[in-house]
Amino acid sequence: MSAPAPIEHAGLRPAGEGPHVGRALPRKEDAALLSGRGRFADDVAAPPGTLVAHVLRSPHAHAMIQRIDIKAALALPGVRAVITGDDIRKLSDPFLVAVKEPLPQWALAVERVRYVGEPVAVIVATSRYIAEDASELVEITYEPLPAIIDTREAMKEGAPLVHPEARSNAVGKRSFRYGDPETAFAEADAVVELTVEYPRNSFTPMECFVVVAEYRAHEQSYDVLSNFQGPFSAHPVMARALRVPGNRLRLRTPADSGGSFGIKLSVFPYIVLMGLASRIVGKPVKWVEDRLEHLLAASAGPNRVTNIAAAVKRDGRITALRMDQMEDYGAFLRAPMPGPLYRMHGASTGAYDIKNLSVSNTIVLTNKAPAGLIRGFGGPQLYLALERLIQRISVELGIDHIEIIRRNLIPGGVFPYKAAAGALYDSGDYPKAVEIALGSGRYDALVRRRNEARASGRHYGIGFAVVVEPGMSNMGYLSTLLPHAVRERTGPKNGAVSLATVNVDPLGAVTVTADAPVQGQGHATTLSQIVADQLGLDPDDITVNLEMDTQKDAWSIASGTYSCRFSPGTAVAAHMAAERIRDKLLRIAAKQLNVLPDDVELADGKARSRSNPDNALPFARVAGTAHWSPVMLPDGMEPGLRETATWCPPELEPPSRDDRINTSLTYGFVFDMCGIEIDPVTFQVRVDRYVSMHDAGSLLNPLLAEGQMKGAFVQGLASALYEEFIYDERGSFLTGTFADYLVPTAHEVPALELLHIESPSPFTPLGAKGLAEGNCMSVPACIANAIADALRVKEVPLPASPRRIHAILAGPEAKPPSTHTHAVAPSRGGRDITGRGSFDVKASPADVWHSLLDPAALKAVIPGCHSLELESENAYRADVSLGVGPVRGRFVAHVRLSDLELERSAQLSGDLAGALGAASGGGHVRLSPIAGGTRLDYDYTVTLSGKAAAVGGRLLDSAADIVIRKFFEGLARHMATPDTSAGERFLARFWRGLAKLLGGRA
Amino acid sequence: MKPRPFTYVRPHSVAEAVAALSRHGESARILAGGQSLVAMLNLRLVEASAIIDISRLTELSNMRVVGNALEVGAAVTQNRLLTWPDLAKRLPLLAVALPNVGHFQTRNRGTVCGSIAHADPSSEIPLSLAMLGGEVVLASPRGTRTLKAQEFQTGVLSTSRAPDEMIIAGRFPLDKSRTAAFREVSRRQGDFAIVAIGAYLKDADTICLGIGGAADRPFVTDIALGKPVTDQIEDIVWQLGGHEDIHATPHMRRDLVRRLAPIVIEEARA
Amino acid sequence: MSEIEKGARVPVQLVLNGTAHTGFAESRMLLSDFLREVLGATDVHVGCEHGVCGCCTVLIDGVAARSCLTLAVQAEATTIETASSLASADGELNHLQAAFRKHHALQCGFCTPGILMSLTDLLRREPEPTRERVVDVVSGHLCRCTGYSGIIDAAMDAVNAGSPKT
Ligand code: FES
Ligand code: FES
Repeated sequence: MSAPAPIEHAGLRPAGEGPHVGRALPRKEDAALLSGRGRFADDVAAPPGTLVAHVLRSPHAHAMIQRIDIKAALALPGVRAVITGDDIRKLSDPFLVAVKEPLPQWALAVERVRYVGEPVAVIVATSRYIAEDASELVEITYEPLPAIIDTREAMKEGAPLVHPEARSNAVGKRSFRYGDPETAFAEADAVVELTVEYPRNSFTPMECFVVVAEYRAHEQSYDVLSNFQGPFSAHPVMARALRVPGNRLRLRTPADSGGSFGIKLSVFPYIVLMGLASRIVGKPVKWVEDRLEHLLAASAGPNRVTNIAAAVKRDGRITALRMDQMEDYGAFLRAPMPGPLYRMHGASTGAYDIKNLSVSNTIVLTNKAPAGLIRGFGGPQLYLALERLIQRISVELGIDHIEIIRRNLIPGGVFPYKAAAGALYDSGDYPKAVEIALGSGRYDALVRRRNEARASGRHYGIGFAVVVEPGMSNMGYLSTLLPHAVRERTGPKNGAVSLATVNVDPLGAVTVTADAPVQGQGHATTLSQIVADQLGLDPDDITVNLEMDTQKDAWSIASGTYSCRFSPGTAVAAHMAAERIRDKLLRIAAKQLNVLPDDVELADGKARSRSNPDNALPFARVAGTAHWSPVMLPDGMEPGLRETATWCPPELEPPSRDDRINTSLTYGFVFDMCGIEIDPVTFQVRVDRYVSMHDAGSLLNPLLAEGQMKGAFVQGLASALYEEFIYDERGSFLTGTFADYLVPTAHEVPALELLHIESPSPFTPLGAKGLAEGNCMSVPACIANAIADALRVKEVPLPASPRRIHAILAGPEAKPPSTHTHAVAPSRGGRDITGRGSFDVKASPADVWHSLLDPAALKAVIPGCHSLELESENAYRADVSLGVGPVRGRFVAHVRLSDLELERSAQLSGDLAGALGAASGGGHVRLSPIAGGTRLDYDYTVTLSGKAAAVGGRLLDSAADIVIRKFFEGLARHMATPDTSAGERFLARFWRGLAKLLGGRA
Repeated sequence: MKPRPFTYVRPHSVAEAVAALSRHGESARILAGGQSLVAMLNLRLVEASAIIDISRLTELSNMRVVGNALEVGAAVTQNRLLTWPDLAKRLPLLAVALPNVGHFQTRNRGTVCGSIAHADPSSEIPLSLAMLGGEVVLASPRGTRTLKAQEFQTGVLSTSRAPDEMIIAGRFPLDKSRTAAFREVSRRQGDFAIVAIGAYLKDADTICLGIGGAADRPFVTDIALGKPVTDQIEDIVWQLGGHEDIHATPHMRRDLVRRLAPIVIEEARA
Repeated sequence: MSEIEKGARVPVQLVLNGTAHTGFAESRMLLSDFLREVLGATDVHVGCEHGVCGCCTVLIDGVAARSCLTLAVQAEATTIETASSLASADGELNHLQAAFRKHHALQCGFCTPGILMSLTDLLRREPEPTRERVVDVVSGHLCRCTGYSGIIDAAMDAVNAGSPKT
């Protein structure tokens, strides 16, 4: 089979003649959404008596749970239950995991917490307000453990183990080899190497997770409504965890969903959790995730470290690629992880004609939130490495970047093309697409701008990125993770079953349902266009209901809205179902019109004879026959008019013996080109121009297609320049609000110039490919390449924040003029927050020493101390309120003194925990006699975690400092009037990060 | 993210508000626009036993010229000040600084005095007030007192307001200059300034320069136009303290001041 | 002076989209929760509860504000307008809504009601804003789906078509 030649896109075809498919039709979804009549998960009424849940989460990146005391919380009026890991373990099993290593995860932490934000308890109450009140009364004692955050450090011998039972943080290792990479590297003119890191982020939808769960005791079944998005391969995972067969987990999705971008797959552990909560309390339970929870723990794309190398010839031809990919999935491997490592596997060589390839994949576990599905899914990580390498080859060989691309692109006219690792690229003409983009996108003008800018000393760069965009994943790709022998034993996995149903009622009204839950793409509109074309109706006549109900709707494991499976998958199934209805109607009508079926057409709401259009019947009349008058149907035809079509293209084969895998059905093409400039004052990267050329096969609705591309573009921009989940080295999470997790606003978004050509896919009847992820994959690479070009650097860390650009651009700073005593703020160097200080106290060392060891004196000197008791010798427990300005929190502190050297020095260590978070640390105090008193020197090392860290940012250092400073200051004040030379400055530095979020708007 | 319980008080006069503040003690909070306070309540970062809502006090809803200053009542929103007809002419610094405060939607409710009370080191309004040498009027059971802006704000989120005192007005001196310049660097539009810089021409030889976001309170100084500006700025950057957060290092903050301040000074001279 | 004790539930009266309503609220209840849960105004969406995303934006006495940063008791005796007041009674979209549809300015539609209310406030006050001004106002909202360009185009289209009917 050979692919048809591409069609250059002639703009968006408006309404008018011809089929509805392909038209830029405005959406049927819009009127209700614009009028505030959306039906989102939290809008759908829950049954009367439904209780509300709140999830209490770990403030620690890694700790053992020693004790959970729920008494006080349970006693609060309105609280019905406080559920912990012990309860969950009794009623459920751990989730299934894709690798053989033991990585058990339940819906609540059991014995150990492994990331900040991990669910530890659920409070069920009559209102969310009360549930949150109660969560502050749950007393949990943790024993903190060392945490591991850095991906490469985690792989080293001796690193703290996230799952000690797995005996390593690096699991599921596999290596692959295609062609003869060793020879190609040996014979290369040059080898170009690069290490590339893709950061952690998420495309945080505006609507957070929602679950309404009801356990139906008499049927021992769970009935759940949730804004879950699929893949429904997670359904068996949930059912297994709940210990029920699939038919006793009824999962429904609402009519509208406030975005997902892959993220809402990760609601599935909460579906199980709330199901169990409902079972425990005997009432329906509703949980609405809040934004803090969402940013902390909902989901993230995995961060990846790639060591990539190319064997190149002098002319820039790449003869082989070598990739060592280490992907960091956080604390657990949730199904269907490690998808991102394998989703692109067959297409590892991207848009380039490279025959020799070696790939090694490692799954890495760290004390970060578990990774999950996310738009782009493996693509951004792959293409950042590959496309940075291409740019690097151009630098090292001294050949234009675009020339390196040209010399390596898969040529036109060779499709379908089998890529080295097994992807079967269906159609395209990459060189043609690139040349059109360079022309229509005015590459020459971009070069002129760069020349001018550089001539005047500005940092201007041009970037390119070339992406092959997969659509509709082969469900068998994840099994590439297993060696061939194991695959043989467990049986082949492949395909991607898509389902859609067209129903025509007795009055001839048409309803469509399908296996793709709503996320906002406008699928109802597209499906109505497809079905209307087959039935000779208007899209307005077609009602599309995309709510899903696993007990009633047609679905399979591949169902869901992800991996761009709609256009190549679900849309095709709907097309097929509509065709079958059409064929049936043609036969019914032929009998009634007294003509042959071949002579009948459905058009303009009628069934009519092609040769004699006056010989016609209304659509409703023909359709009604199938319901009202089975006797009038042609011989052998079944009455009724409902067709469910199943689409499972044969190209999606299981992995071959030699590990080649056609990872997706369709492969679109994206070529991006941009010009960026670095602002010399602010260190910000400003996107000057951005051009994106797409070949997504036939566009079903160009208006919606462009909407997807524009949305993906901004998410790609966000990955390149703004959004990042930041953890410090101890595992504290620092980006828990929208003030620190930076979703771009309208102000940050440059204009996007879109170009299209269309190479219809020969593998789907509609010719359409996936198109909504390409720019998530291309934009980070394109912008990173432009930055590399502008700054002439090899390494471009993403997101390229002003802080990172400053670090590249700024040389060492000139020392301050000696007349200044440089003010020193507590610093966050290395792993911890450290600080030191000194007070002069007007009391003898003996008196100071005595106060340090005397609980009554200590209570008096600790500001905000409500109580202090001696727990054992030299170990205290204090209940303290701490804060500055309006911000205050109550904490329980444990402090131990050790290495006591009488009246001279002591070591302190301890921890602090409260609703605002937790801290632990240690330090030294030294006393030395001075004239008229004692000099008290101290130093400390502290680490903080939990809410304060997540919403504070800057507050970390200040909060630690204040805890310690206030103690010593209080001590000094108690002894005598202190001479606070080091200054008030420290005292006042509290919650500065919070101030950043909240201040000024007052 | 829901607030803890609190008692809500809606006084009908400043006298009642002051009485309520005394009665409820140290953890009572004044609610005006709520754009910072309610967010902190939602995050449960604030312990507040009572919320005293002054947003509808007509006594505090006035802007009036008193002597040579504009007195802005504690219930006046930021957007209302922005539409004061003489703003550009008589308070050019505020005219350029205010549009940087939060967003259109938060300025609709956020108050001028609330921002002063909140004492954020990178806020535009406290910085402007300090640069203009403005004043804060406080009321308590002991009567009213007036503090210079620089005396009022003592550090991060910290002021010299006594627990039983409330701000009833801010006073912005008028006609300090005919023009002014203001710029800030933030990650996104409307975000908190990593560094904010304002300037106006005090007299023919002197620029008043103000820096926010780089120290624990607004930093205000004079720049002598007769001497090299960069030397004076180099001197200033080392006085700022500087702190590190996820968006900037102290070094970067100093560099931002080094690069931005000369531009703002030039604009103020124009 | 009126005072509502901690934990007490009091009636809150307000006019929502032209109709007088009374509902009960604790002093700490957020206006966003009150509108959604007590008065059933599910067109008020909640996206962050810390004042950044703008999903919860409604008009309080004609002025666009974050309902998550407002207490329900503060809304006593106010007039609230939400997105469901924009279309005519028979469902006909106003200029602004129609322009949103035409320019594909919404996908999931979760951010949309808030953005419509901000723009409604803007266009009533400033019937002919510049594109820059529209960007400035829309930058008080987060949208994850559209990439914003359709929203800005739609708003400018509505400006040219005349201010919204309401
Ligand atoms: S929910 Fe109110 S601003 Fe986000
Ligand atoms: S349309 Fe989905 S968030 Fe804006």
